[in-house]
Amino acid sequence: MSGANQGAAASPQAAGSLQTLRWAVADGWTLTGRALAHWARQPGQIAMGLLFPVMVVLMMGYLFGGQMDVPGGGSYRAFIVPGMFALTMAFGMEETFVRVAGDAAKGVTDRFRTMPMSPSAVVTGRAAADMVYSVAGLAVMAGCGVLIGWRVHDGAAKALAGFGLLLLLRFSLIWMGVYLGLVAKGPESVVAVQILVWPVGFMSSALVAPSTMPGWLGAVAEWNPMSATVTACRELFGDPVAGGSWAAQHSVLMAVVWPLVIAAVFAPLSVRRYRALGR
Amino acid sequence: MAEPRFAVVAEGLRKRYGDTEALAGLDLRVPAGTVHGLLGPNGAGKTTAVRILTTLARPDGGTARVAGHDVVREARAVRGRIGLVGQHAAVDEILGGRQNLVMFGRLYHLGAARARRRADELLERFRLADAAGKAVGEYSGGMRRRLDLAASMILAPPVLFLDEPTTGLDPRARNEVWDAIRALVDGGTTVLLTTQYLEEADRLAAGISVIDRGRVIAEGTPDQLKKRLGGDRIEVALDDPGSLTAAAEIVGRVASGGVDVDAEALRIGAPVSGRAAALTEAVRALDDAGVKVADIGLRRPTLDEVFLHLTDKEEVSS
Repeated sequence: MSGANQGAAASPQAAGSLQTLRWAVADGWTLTGRALAHWARQPGQIAMGLLFPVMVVLMMGYLFGGQMDVPGGGSYRAFIVPGMFALTMAFGMEETFVRVAGDAAKGVTDRFRTMPMSPSAVVTGRAAADMVYSVAGLAVMAGCGVLIGWRVHDGAAKALAGFGLLLLLRFSLIWMGVYLGLVAKGPESVVAVQILVWPVGFMSSALVAPSTMPGWLGAVAEWNPMSATVTACRELFGDPVAGGSWAAQHSVLMAVVWPLVIAAVFAPLSVRRYRALGR
Repeated sequence: MAEPRFAVVAEGLRKRYGDTEALAGLDLRVPAGTVHGLLGPNGAGKTTAVRILTTLARPDGGTARVAGHDVVREARAVRGRIGLVGQHAAVDEILGGRQNLVMFGRLYHLGAARARRRADELLERFRLADAAGKAVGEYSGGMRRRLDLAASMILAPPVLFLDEPTTGLDPRARNEVWDAIRALVDGGTTVLLTTQYLEEADRLAAGISVIDRGRVIAEGTPDQLKKRLGGDRIEVALDDPGSLTAAAEIVGRVASGGVDVDAEALRIGAPVSGRAAALTEAVRALDDAGVKVADIGLRRPTLDEVFLHLTDKEEVSS
């Protein structure tokens, strides 16, 4: 809010900006603590959220896996684990959305806006909590992956780079979740978000190699931001990589570029939308 | 800085949403330390006024100062001096009551230890200590409202805004909230209250501004507003429809204004000037004429009547 900025500028300048930053961090941390307290109070819901991707991977791996041939060789179960990592990140956006839309609908966002707290903390607190949750989700999925035969082949450094790309994707989706949450009428609209997330998530190389899809669909799938992260992870984990498109061959680059593009679009939109609440 | 004499001063506030003019030059002065009621029908601009005064929305025109600070240019200073209880109980339903208050206390920059102390004080004061650990989602409507009030009081703000604080509450919960508001005012807080319940304004507010179509159309104490409708009224209820005309004529003789006859309910009402004398005279005359009276009495006009009277007039004049 420009009003808030002007109010802050009225205080002594030099000490003022440092103080502003200090409170931005402190307030963000308070709101991260709030999200963590939510999980402590809803352990069942958290466990469900963490185990849902595990269920999907087991279903795909054991129910459908027998009929699947992976182009480039290797087991289907090992093939889908990096895909499931990325899908876990995509599903995580629903959590961001539900929390943001819930606060806006219940008037909690308005209460924050009438308080002398740092306006940026609403997002930074949310983002930090979502990243913690995402790390937990990746850890659970990695444990599950190891149990069903997925391995890292190219060493810890590359594997960590792969997880870094996954978290980068998740970070960019926070902004999409915040924006959609501020636009939506309430947390019930999460159904609409799922209708957006699921096809985009599945129309990628996450669970099926795009080379086996009809031509046009395969092309869409290969250029899907999800595929960029999935393919880059397969490469960094040392799994066989299928797909001959430019996007597939430069997957690591694309796995950096796509999230930056998503964040570059949705971060300013979110800020604008938040300010528009004061109109 | 010396306490300003008026805790809220609005001059010519304007706000337009699309084709709707929500505020059309609203003027408002609330003396410090009082409860002021903002009354008006739905869509009159009450909530828009509160949103502007609490820095949630920016006015298109006009100025407003709250606790001595401009709501646009010094928004942050205003935020450090106000509390808002909106139409929803804006608290975290997953967390417990105490967790809520500690969180808001920290966001008000009290620091961890003071935030915890303040939370305990407020839980005690709003009689929520027993439910402090329970998730707010399990609270009753009244308890949730009280927690909402407590959260707005963390800084003990000089000015508190209550936007329809008892909408949707049962009478018992409403009483609880009223008690809490009275206690705050006793502590020196200025309260601006919007409500559709005229009884609520009557009970709590020292001054009332009636607003319609984004402007103030009447102002005064509840008593002053009631006097504008002609002071006391005499009310007669009958058993026998046949005596309606005779009774209406007798009431007309003691009345100081027009007589309202409700043939369906067998009730007759009219404004009177001399309270006891008018009543005695009416009883005697009715008795002499042999009219059987089911009930007779004097009463002051309700704020509802004042309100309908004022907003009706507005309808006609525009």
